[in-house]
Amino acid sequence: MPVTFFLILSALLFSIGIYGVLAREHAVLVLLSIELMLNAVNINLIAFSALFQEAGVSGQVFALFVIAVAAAEVGVGLAIVILIFRNRQSVNVDEMSLMKW
Amino acid sequence: MIDTWQQIVIWAIGIAMTLTAVRVVTAQNVVHAALYLVGTLLGAASIYIMLLAEFVAWAQVLVYVGAIVVLMLFGLMLTRAPIGKTNFDNDQRLIAALCAAAVFGVTSYIMWDAFKDEKINFAREVGTTTGRVGEVIFSSYVLPFEIISVLLLAALVGAVVIARRD
Repeated sequence: MPVTFFLILSALLFSIGIYGVLAREHAVLVLLSIELMLNAVNINLIAFSALFQEAGVSGQVFALFVIAVAAAEVGVGLAIVILIFRNRQSVNVDEMSLMKW
Repeated sequence: MIDTWQQIVIWAIGIAMTLTAVRVVTAQNVVHAALYLVGTLLGAASIYIMLLAEFVAWAQVLVYVGAIVVLMLFGLMLTRAPIGKTNFDNDQRLIAALCAAAVFGVTSYIMWDAFKDEKINFAREVGTTTGRVGEVIFSSYVLPFEIISVLLLAALVGAVVIARRD
């Protein structure tokens, strides 16, 4: 199996995630698209770990670290979304322009 | 024969992942978008199993499908998202699609150019890789591992403090 299959699949998922982050208005949907991008990175790490098997399993360890950081990011992100909803009764990211110059 | 079947299965998983990912960013129902993300994450987990990374695959199922998607669904409920059909896209859709296409073109061309001759050898040497992952985490990567645990604690406390009603 050529490794480019997995690399291009992960590039495809990453660009779908970029589209979601840029084109969605609902803050939770933006977080979902960020999860897609983190998963694309994980597929890349695991594919290289399988390609260079004699170099050890560092790719898998980094994928585990990415998963842990993604869990922390989602927890804090959703807390911020809930706080913004409580203060402004809306989670539309286009309306959150208070700090824009 | 085995190789042909393996390739068919991997292609099917890849196509399913792409379709569900596209539905995640185009679905007009927020709950459906979160549930389509489950499809993409499970596809990624099965690709990890194919790539000899069983432990990461099950960590993916437990943490992503079990925890993160449930957290997302709770976030949708707590923000009283409109459950029916509404429009969640803004007017930058065309620019966003162009950006995504440009990123895809550049990264996939670079990847193709650099690795087009490399092939993954699926024949595993000895048993599973889970034991080696454990050894590596607790020898070479023990400091990042401890820092990750502090990060998770900080995120836990931070989420409680931010979302708490005063």
